Amino acid sequence: MSAATSVGPVVPAVPGARRRSRGRWNAPLVAGLILFGLIVLCALCAPLLTSYDPIKQDLTNAFLEPGSKGHLLGTDSLGRDVLARLLYGARVDLQVGVLAVISPFVIGSLIGLIAGWFGGWLDAIVGRVVDMVIAFPFLVLVIALVFAMGPGTTSIYTAITLVGWVAYCRIVRGQVLVAKEQEYAMAARASGLPTWRILIRHLLPNVLLQAVVFTMSDIVLTLLAIVTLGFLGLGVPPPTPDWGTMIQEGQQFILDKWYMSTIPGLAVVLTGLALALIADGIVEKANR
Amino acid sequence: MTTEPLLEVRDLHVDIPLSHGRLHAVRGVSLSVGVAESVGLVGESGSGKSLTLRALLGLLPRPARIVSGTILIDGEDVTGLPAKRLHRRLTDTMSMVFQDSLTALNPVMRVGEQIAEAPLRRLGKSRGEARAIAIDLMNKVGIADPERRYELYPHELSGGMRQRICIAIALSTKPRLILADEPTTALDVTIQAQVLRVLRQLKQEEHVSLLLVSHDLAVVSQTCSRLYVMYAGKVVESGALLDLIAEPRHPYTFSLLRSVPDPDHRVDRLLTIPGQPPDLSQAISGCSFAPRCPFAVDACHHQEPALEPAGAAGVERRSACLRVDTAERWSEMVAEEAVSKQ
Amino acid sequence: MKYLVYILKRLVSLIPVLLGISFIVFFLIRLIPGDPAATLLGSHATPDAVRELRNQLGLNQPLWSQYLTFLGHLLTGDLGFSYVYDSPVGGLIGASLPVTIWLLVSGTVFTLLIAVPLAVLAAARRNGILDNIIRTVPIAGLGLPAFWLGIMLILVFGLKLKLFPVAGFGDTLGAHIHGIILPGITIALTLAPILIRSLRASMIDVLSSDYIVTAHAKGISTSRVVLGHALRNAAVSSVTVLGVNIAYLTGSTLVVERVFSLPGIGQQMINSILGRDFPTVQGITLIFAIMVVVVNLLTDVTHAALDPRVKLS
Repeated sequence: MSAATSVGPVVPAVPGARRRSRGRWNAPLVAGLILFGLIVLCALCAPLLTSYDPIKQDLTNAFLEPGSKGHLLGTDSLGRDVLARLLYGARVDLQVGVLAVISPFVIGSLIGLIAGWFGGWLDAIVGRVVDMVIAFPFLVLVIALVFAMGPGTTSIYTAITLVGWVAYCRIVRGQVLVAKEQEYAMAARASGLPTWRILIRHLLPNVLLQAVVFTMSDIVLTLLAIVTLGFLGLGVPPPTPDWGTMIQEGQQFILDKWYMSTIPGLAVVLTGLALALIADGIVEKANR
Repeated sequence: MTTEPLLEVRDLHVDIPLSHGRLHAVRGVSLSVGVAESVGLVGESGSGKSLTLRALLGLLPRPARIVSGTILIDGEDVTGLPAKRLHRRLTDTMSMVFQDSLTALNPVMRVGEQIAEAPLRRLGKSRGEARAIAIDLMNKVGIADPERRYELYPHELSGGMRQRICIAIALSTKPRLILADEPTTALDVTIQAQVLRVLRQLKQEEHVSLLLVSHDLAVVSQTCSRLYVMYAGKVVESGALLDLIAEPRHPYTFSLLRSVPDPDHRVDRLLTIPGQPPDLSQAISGCSFAPRCPFAVDACHHQEPALEPAGAAGVERRSACLRVDTAERWSEMVAEEAVSKQ
Repeated sequence: MKYLVYILKRLVSLIPVLLGISFIVFFLIRLIPGDPAATLLGSHATPDAVRELRNQLGLNQPLWSQYLTFLGHLLTGDLGFSYVYDSPVGGLIGASLPVTIWLLVSGTVFTLLIAVPLAVLAAARRNGILDNIIRTVPIAGLGLPAFWLGIMLILVFGLKLKLFPVAGFGDTLGAHIHGIILPGITIALTLAPILIRSLRASMIDVLSSDYIVTAHAKGISTSRVVLGHALRNAAVSSVTVLGVNIAYLTGSTLVVERVFSLPGIGQQMINSILGRDFPTVQGITLIFAIMVVVVNLLTDVTHAALDPRVKLS
């Protein structure tokens, strides 16, 4: 397995942009952080921004257009306030998206660290398993796993962890193979420190940067996966609000009520854009 | 002489814009190359010799640019031509051989196709004709078994073979002048000699002129009959090869010659020129070589010397040195100083 | 000849990966909570039927023997039996796979049609206005959900402008092509941003290299230099990026087929999930993985064909 490729989309650094930003901050990073900060703030303050209950149905007020009295973004087919669902949906999707990245990050990095350091048969086995998992399209395997384990957030976390760790494993393993040969690692080894101490104290801080950089693009992918699961009816079970489910519900009324799918979709695009900008900015900083 | 030179350059200036200000890399170079003549352009790295050469073909690397200057081909000023026609005119007349043959060749294209490309795309030959021309050129530059090697990729050839391919490519446009930028620097000595022989033969058999850029006087003296010596973006001395080597009329040439290990006269150690070339992003007052010059006097630091005739009447010889009149005694002066230091 | 040997060697090297894939697919069934046989047959099954199926599936036997049986069936082309459709899974997949391949191929073609000209333009006019637009706009595309993009395209080009069919794949070649355009563009718009960035970066690299100067010095036209010399060299590195991402985006055919009601294996997979048709889901998961392996193989083979420096031995 080679360290250069990853499981997710390969997003190369943009050389032309590098020259412009010499400071600690660059434009994509700042723009992304501001946008993402606003989205998180909206999600956190959902109860303050709307007085509606996102799951309370009101069939007498169904299909209200955006801008209707009392309903800024209108209501859906069951008369639920779209703004409320959007805000509470952000809570759900962002929370699942961020949490679902943590365990693959930790597990993948640890396995990559150990496999890279010890090499030999252990590395060979890890390499084989990684090859197996990356042979599947990310989404297909996640969907199959969620299906097998039954719906629910636990299944989603588990499935994304089972598939997502390989990316981190490859990145960290590749970095370890390089770092292993450097003098500081040799020196630490020669000094007779216990292996775990060398790995955690000396190696890990040096090999983790690329994995952290990848985390940002991974959150985008994970968010997309969660929203897609919701769209396919395999996500967070209803009536919990989720952007993917909202898009799916709106699709059947697309001709008359085009905004029902468009609004939650824009929320996804905006969040994705914010995260992509942050990822871009971090890559730019890291490559400098 | 009434015949116009094949190529003449007048007062060429090349700038490299920097984040603060600019680097004045070529500062008014004038030179000429006659028909079927081999001319050398010598200087340290950073003296602007390679930029001068690239400017002649309009191939300056970004962000360098020509600020001013005139290029004449057969006595005709081509500088004012529209960009496309200028490029056409320049590439019709001249072609170029680069230092590193590995990077100068397209790695994913067969070498034969790279030679055949210009005949095919520019000279309107058919595929078969272009191939025949390419194989003929490969023969000419001394590549054995050209039919087989036509099909190879650059990485499958040795450095010397690749440089021959580059020369064949340069010949493929039927140029009258070949610009060669350190063509042998990347090669080892025996291969160097072979490649230089190829270049000399071209001049004799095909009457192609040659403008050879090198930091190595030995290379130039094997190939050229006339020399320009560049220092800090300017020509400081010019003249016939033998005159120049026998009697340098500029302290820089003088020092350069002393730094060449001469197999006939054994020197105890390799002489190098002390000091650094000037920073070309700053204004220079006086002679640019004065800070490193063993013969500099006060005037040298204030007054900029012009490139003026410096030889016997009728001999084409120029030098830009205020102390040119003392040139005959330079060897003695250096020797005296060496003695007084001991 | 050397090239053929290289392809053969690559094919042989796929065997362990394919075994691994079958292993994972086999274990999917183990993840089902409770009795797989009961789950497979659904809630209306009689205890007798469940017992019979359990025997038939060999669920009473040790795990390794179950896997060997499963593998043996795979090798003879038997992907299992769908109790929901009452038909062999292989047949179901065979009927829908061509649609998915149509979608993947057209998605790739549209991606190239979009990405190559834009990347070349951006690189050729580096740091110009056009370059800045081409460089920044695709960032927005990275977070674009394919299914939502599909819905939007249907809304605008299908429902409002009525240029393309809203759903389905038709029965004639003409209808196929007409029906595949919007889904193909949907795939392309999610894939192109990545390719544009990679291709632009390698084009800029290539355009500053010495052999481009050599080509210019020959006096051939700029377009010939850019297209004939630079693009091919830039393609060498971008082909791998494209391949990795096609493999990754193979998964999004699933949602795109769903949105456009294309009867491909992705649509089939989701229908089977909703119908709790486990053998079909298992079979399609396997086929998806094989498609990724094939795409990766094609990528390597193309890379080797484009770059003579790749060691074929």
